[in-house]
Amino acid sequence: MKKDDDKIINEFANKEYEAGFTTEIDMDVFPKGLSENIVRAISAKKEEPEFMLEFRLKAFRYWKKMSEPNWAHLSYKKPDFQDISYYAAPKNTPKFNSLDEVDPELLDTFEKLGIPLDEQKVLAGVAVDAVIDSVSVHTTFRETLLEKGIIFCSFSDALKEYPKLIKKYLGTVVPYSDNYYAALNAAVFSDGSFAYIPKGVKCPMELSTYFRINAANTGQFERTLLVADAGSKVSYLEGCTAPVRDENQLHAAVVEIVAMENADVKYSTVQNWYPGDKNGKGGIYNFVTKRGICRGANSKISWTQVETGSAITWKYPSTILKGDNSIGEFYSVAVTNNMQQADTGTKMIHLGRNTKSTIVSKGISLGHSSNSYRGLVTVAKNASNARNFSQCDSLLIGDKCGAHTFPYIEVNNQTATVEHEATTSKISEDQVFYCQQRGLDSESAVSLIVNGFAKEVLNQLPMEFAVEAQKLLSLTLEGSVG
Amino acid sequence: MLTINNLHASVDGKKILNGINLEVKKGEVHAIMGPNGSGKSTLASVLAGREKFQVTAGNIDFDGIDLLELSSEVRSREGIFLAFQYPVEIPGVSITNFMKAAVNEHRKHKGLEPIAPSAFLRLMKEKKALVEMEAKLSNRSVNEGFSGGEKKKNEIFQMAMLEPKLAVLDETDSGLDIDALRIVANGVNKLKTSENASIVITHYQRLLDYIVPDIIHVLYNGRIVKTGGRELALELEEKGYDWIKKEDDGK
Repeated sequence: MKKDDDKIINEFANKEYEAGFTTEIDMDVFPKGLSENIVRAISAKKEEPEFMLEFRLKAFRYWKKMSEPNWAHLSYKKPDFQDISYYAAPKNTPKFNSLDEVDPELLDTFEKLGIPLDEQKVLAGVAVDAVIDSVSVHTTFRETLLEKGIIFCSFSDALKEYPKLIKKYLGTVVPYSDNYYAALNAAVFSDGSFAYIPKGVKCPMELSTYFRINAANTGQFERTLLVADAGSKVSYLEGCTAPVRDENQLHAAVVEIVAMENADVKYSTVQNWYPGDKNGKGGIYNFVTKRGICRGANSKISWTQVETGSAITWKYPSTILKGDNSIGEFYSVAVTNNMQQADTGTKMIHLGRNTKSTIVSKGISLGHSSNSYRGLVTVAKNASNARNFSQCDSLLIGDKCGAHTFPYIEVNNQTATVEHEATTSKISEDQVFYCQQRGLDSESAVSLIVNGFAKEVLNQLPMEFAVEAQKLLSLTLEGSVG
Repeated sequence: MLTINNLHASVDGKKILNGINLEVKKGEVHAIMGPNGSGKSTLASVLAGREKFQVTAGNIDFDGIDLLELSSEVRSREGIFLAFQYPVEIPGVSITNFMKAAVNEHRKHKGLEPIAPSAFLRLMKEKKALVEMEAKLSNRSVNEGFSGGEKKKNEIFQMAMLEPKLAVLDETDSGLDIDALRIVANGVNKLKTSENASIVITHYQRLLDYIVPDIIHVLYNGRIVKTGGRELALELEEKGYDWIKKEDDGK
């Protein structure tokens, strides 16, 4: 049995990354290095309002005094922040009002990734903001959405067209001083998406942002701000890929969500950054701060993430449950293969009364990878009757990988109920043989078993993406079994 | 259909099968009986191609194909079905999805397109009725939290879905109460045609009251030591296995 397990595992670890191509386009790239001048140059390049530059400069000055966190269960060579270019954009980009103006190479890139930007071809019911390297190249269905009062556009456009809204909400959930990478992002972020759903409006389509790193030696620092006004509802999805490159590339994003009274926000991520090769060469460092606040009563924020890529993942989508009766959810599947390392989880901060949070985390580890869940549940003094349920399951494939769970619980109110369950399991040879006896080859068998393990989370994804995510999971596992 | 010739097999270096000879023809039902540890389940596993069992000698011909050359999934697609003694749980995978994957693999092997959803659901319904399986059960994860009876019904249901040429039922009666046994046996009987065959492995003769075999074999020490008709089962029921052991050990 031991031998068969080994065989399954060895053949299970050899899957090539499918989104690893590069696009040859003329790029406008800043010289490497980070200084106050670079920060100013980014802001100038984007013709930003004064308050934005101030925000950036404050963040930069703060960042300079900070040091990189090292509490995560990760080991890697710290990036050299002076060896990165902080701005890269396809030339002649800033504005594409019509697709005819977009470099066909670029359109082709997104087509190849399965994200057509032509509204005729696009998945019905999904609006896409396509961000390549540092800038947004196109947002679909902008006009259609605007008819309902919904604003969905690139962050740069929003700064020009809706500066008041940005000024009102930027940094209110993730202040620039929040952590090392959030401060860095605040100083140098170049683009991202902005969405505002007005009072009482249910967004009629999925909003989605697709991030693509293309240029070499650059970092991607995007920022997403999502505001759901009272009684509104929205479902948002982000996807990401990058070419295969030998050096590590830094991705430090910030996502802020504000949910007002009775608002309902669902935020899904399918993360497929280049994970590096089998020996751990190259790959994206994914250092991301995502946080939402249920500001009004009865509001809800639900995070769903499917994490298959990146060499290093450091990411804790969190929710501050401030409004009474508000609800926070976190559903996560993280797969690590080869030399990948993930330290991911969530924070649920219960401040309001009768607040409720649910955490379901599924970690799948293969190869020599390390997969950690790190979660914090805090119940504040005034959060009477707060309830949390956490479930962390790990699936190990092979005996050279590791799974770790670090749950932190801080309860300051006697009426709170906090539950935590954790399991660790392995795919057994019995299960694989059972499937084989029914006609499935071992690879399909493992893929089926893994998808079953992650089902609770995959079920949370919007329909259009659930299939995509399942496929992605299977691809990540491909070539590992025999 | 199936010809087993001088089959020797071992697991972890321990010899279990010591020269099995067996011929099964279309339309036949064979029963294999024998005391615990005689190699009954090993024979089933070897037929299904489980890798941890090493075949050290002999060969198996299945409708003109050298069975030992095929991987277990290809054997399944070629029409060998094993009803497990201990069906395995697969959390999060519904019976519906599991069977859809299996049926489509079998179809692909025959050069057919994947089954249409409506046709698949009809097929599921029809086959569930055959084993009196609760309609809701197919939405549940494969074998997870199933009772002993439900697990065995599920095995026969899957067998009905895949319509094998040769079904090997490994101790299908173990853990069944009399009602479940009747249902499971009825299912097997209904699936019987002049074109397929089954090998029923059992410790007790009880199951053979319901699934009537054409030929009964007694396995002991990894060899078939006795072959006979229906009366052999009754004799075993009456006298136990000791006389067989003595007879064989005396040789």
